[in-house]
Amino acid sequence: MGPIPRRRARHLALTLLATGLVLGLAGVLAATAGADAVTPDAGPTKNAVDIDTLYKIVFFIGLAVIGIVWGVLFYSLFRFRSRRGRRAPQIFGNVPLELGWTLAAGGIVIAIAIITLVMVPGIKNPQSSGPTTLAEASSQNASIDQPPPPNPLRALNIKVNSQQYLFRYQYPNGAVSFQQMVVPVDTTVTLDITSNDVAHSWWIPKLGGKADAVPGYTNHTWFKATKTGTFTGQCAEFCGSGHAVMSAKVTVVGREQYRVWVANQKKLIQQSQKQVLLMRKLFQQTGA
Amino acid sequence: MTTSEYTAGTLTHPPHTSPKGSEILVRELPQRGASWVDWVTTTDHKRIGILYLFTTVFFFLVGGVEALLMRIQLGTPDNTFLDPNTYNALFTLHGTTMIFLVVVPIAAAFGNYLVPLMIGARDMAFPRLNMLSWWLLVFGGVVLYASLFFSPPKSGWTAYAPLSESTFLPGHGMDAWILSLHLIGLSSVLGAINFVATIHNMRAPGMSLSRMPLFVWTILIYSYLLILALSSFAATLAMLLVDRNFHGTFFDPTQNGSALLWQHLFWFMGHPEVYIMVLPAFGMISEIVPVFARKPIFGYRAIVIATGAIAFLGMLVWAHHMFATPLSTPVLSFFMLSSFAIAVPTGIKIFNWLATLWRGNIEFRVPLLFAVGFIAQFVIGGATGVILAVFPIDWQLTDTYFVVAHMHYVLFGGSFFALMAGLYYWFPKMTGRLMSEFWGKVSFWVMVIGFNLTFLPQHSAGLSGMPRRVFEYHDTGSLHGYNLASTIGSFVLALGVLISVGNAVWSVRRGRRAGPDPWLANTLEWFTTSPPPAHNFDVIPTVRSFEPMKDIRRRVREQEEQLAAPEPAPEPVG
Repeated sequence: MGPIPRRRARHLALTLLATGLVLGLAGVLAATAGADAVTPDAGPTKNAVDIDTLYKIVFFIGLAVIGIVWGVLFYSLFRFRSRRGRRAPQIFGNVPLELGWTLAAGGIVIAIAIITLVMVPGIKNPQSSGPTTLAEASSQNASIDQPPPPNPLRALNIKVNSQQYLFRYQYPNGAVSFQQMVVPVDTTVTLDITSNDVAHSWWIPKLGGKADAVPGYTNHTWFKATKTGTFTGQCAEFCGSGHAVMSAKVTVVGREQYRVWVANQKKLIQQSQKQVLLMRKLFQQTGA
Repeated sequence: MTTSEYTAGTLTHPPHTSPKGSEILVRELPQRGASWVDWVTTTDHKRIGILYLFTTVFFFLVGGVEALLMRIQLGTPDNTFLDPNTYNALFTLHGTTMIFLVVVPIAAAFGNYLVPLMIGARDMAFPRLNMLSWWLLVFGGVVLYASLFFSPPKSGWTAYAPLSESTFLPGHGMDAWILSLHLIGLSSVLGAINFVATIHNMRAPGMSLSRMPLFVWTILIYSYLLILALSSFAATLAMLLVDRNFHGTFFDPTQNGSALLWQHLFWFMGHPEVYIMVLPAFGMISEIVPVFARKPIFGYRAIVIATGAIAFLGMLVWAHHMFATPLSTPVLSFFMLSSFAIAVPTGIKIFNWLATLWRGNIEFRVPLLFAVGFIAQFVIGGATGVILAVFPIDWQLTDTYFVVAHMHYVLFGGSFFALMAGLYYWFPKMTGRLMSEFWGKVSFWVMVIGFNLTFLPQHSAGLSGMPRRVFEYHDTGSLHGYNLASTIGSFVLALGVLISVGNAVWSVRRGRRAGPDPWLANTLEWFTTSPPPAHNFDVIPTVRSFEPMKDIRRRVREQEEQLAAPEPAPEPVG
């Protein structure tokens, strides 16, 4: 221990450093608060936007708690740093105070729980497409675990089957595509997600949360894109050596464009299947 | 002899003013053998504790190198430094090593060394079992790393079925992983039984449960959790072993097995494991903060109850790791609420530490700095934990770098910083010498900067859509920046850790002599010499509060004052 002035100086330096760190972090947070750096991706679909809103609510509550803890912590470290001749009061506890902060902590998490449970149905249950929807988006019950709603849902149902390291999509008319999914705009799309081999996870960040593809189970999710565009994502559950390259892409197009595409896709698939059958027959005949 | 005769003249002076404080506290005894054979066959809990410490620090450095290799790979987009299989093996080994070979057994290292000393016992209840636990740990580590020479496991430390089945990961790397975890799990369970038996039966006279040091409380609850979680995990691992080698179908969906069952069983161990890794850290903080604030811990009872509540609730939250799997809304809601419930006792502990610092007389020694670093960083991990417990938000964030950042804030910024605090705090007891304050402070600040630079940007990487466990990524605007910062930070962090390792190596021989009680601490391990003799104590004092050393110092002071008081003037004879 050096002489007192040096000690004081060191404490001051420490406090300044700590304060600088806090301010620096706060600055970084403030600078990026509006940007994507501190919030999840949210695209033109209600479920993703709602998740983003919920995240922001909990995030700012969390920031406030961190702020309080850091405030008290750094204030105490500065204000109650050791001084010669001072003796700390020997306090062993304070029951009302402790009950108080227990209730406060409980109150905060109960508030978050209520907000979440209120918002869950809007995120989890698919919206209906509306009356002007496609013929394919026929009425069906696509809720994950609820009984059929009184107003039948109009939605386009696509089956997503995952396998090492590819997603395969099957459309209502029987057409199939790989990796890139094409869907119509302003139409609720419900997805039935399965896996052929190991566990995968379907995730297009801008179109909502993940849905794990666990072999032996069917998982469900949905989105309703209100804008055209291409949204990328990738498998989010580690599935083997090619996990990082197992990508997915959802292209939202106009309804008429979708109708043309899906019909053409069906034709192409049928043609190539015919070719495969021909080849197989040829091979069998020649014994190759 | 009375207590005061043992301690007189040593504990009344602050140690840094009296480096000669280490006068005889115990009778001269024949020296223990110091050859390596004596070490690896010892049954002395202190030597076993130090063996545990060496083993875990060794594996920590190995796991750290694995992490750095991964960070190099991810420093730039589309990097080809590592091929996918190597990368997958690296993160599997990194996770398995850091969890099972570092953070859990390092708590056992400190527990082994300190529990008997803190409760005034001469050794653990089962000294030979204690030695067996250490050997099982070593063999577990050897089996895991021996797989490097044929086919290392590549399933991630969570080994989700059916990827971990022989259909998808043939070769015996996975089997080595299973065997290694069986050995390490057995080691942990035997060690835990030993702690439970020791703590319940061998406390000093007067040390009721309500006077037990908080670190001992956390080791007790850590042990109960280990027994519950790892014995269940042994069965889980055996099921996978049967699946892989004896045509079992527990987790094989093509034979009506359930892939989801593995996830449930795994996390039934995996989440209590998190509390197994943080509770002893909480215990260390609860010991260190009051000593350097020169104030008793605030709300001893509340902290004990909170520890128990965390352990109990910790058994009921496992499915919050599985929010994206096909589970019904009521199940999701239950696991969200139980995860929230844990935030309350955890918050209580943080507030109690803050209240302990409040109005204290805070001495900025290195252990306190690390303890403060723990509180400041752990609260971030706690807040992101609440965010992740909200299941709709978790659908976006699970399996991304946000989760990676969250768990490192809890386990590195949290647990590991507490362990560093514990190392600087108890090093003088273990070696008789203090570690350098200056290099300790340098190491602390380098680690704080490195740690936050590494893991803070990973939150943003996850929020920008980067999944975890990917060997490469394409730069979609901001990912390169986040990952580059993270890679630079990881090397700064490594430098900070190495400074402390160097500090420890240097201080073993050259550090300032500590004396029995360099910090004027509260618990019984400071009652004996540093390092303690083989039998720990000549005389075991009677404990009258949860701060026995404070009581002993007060009584010594009172007796000295009595002795020093001027003799009453002799009656004039006449």
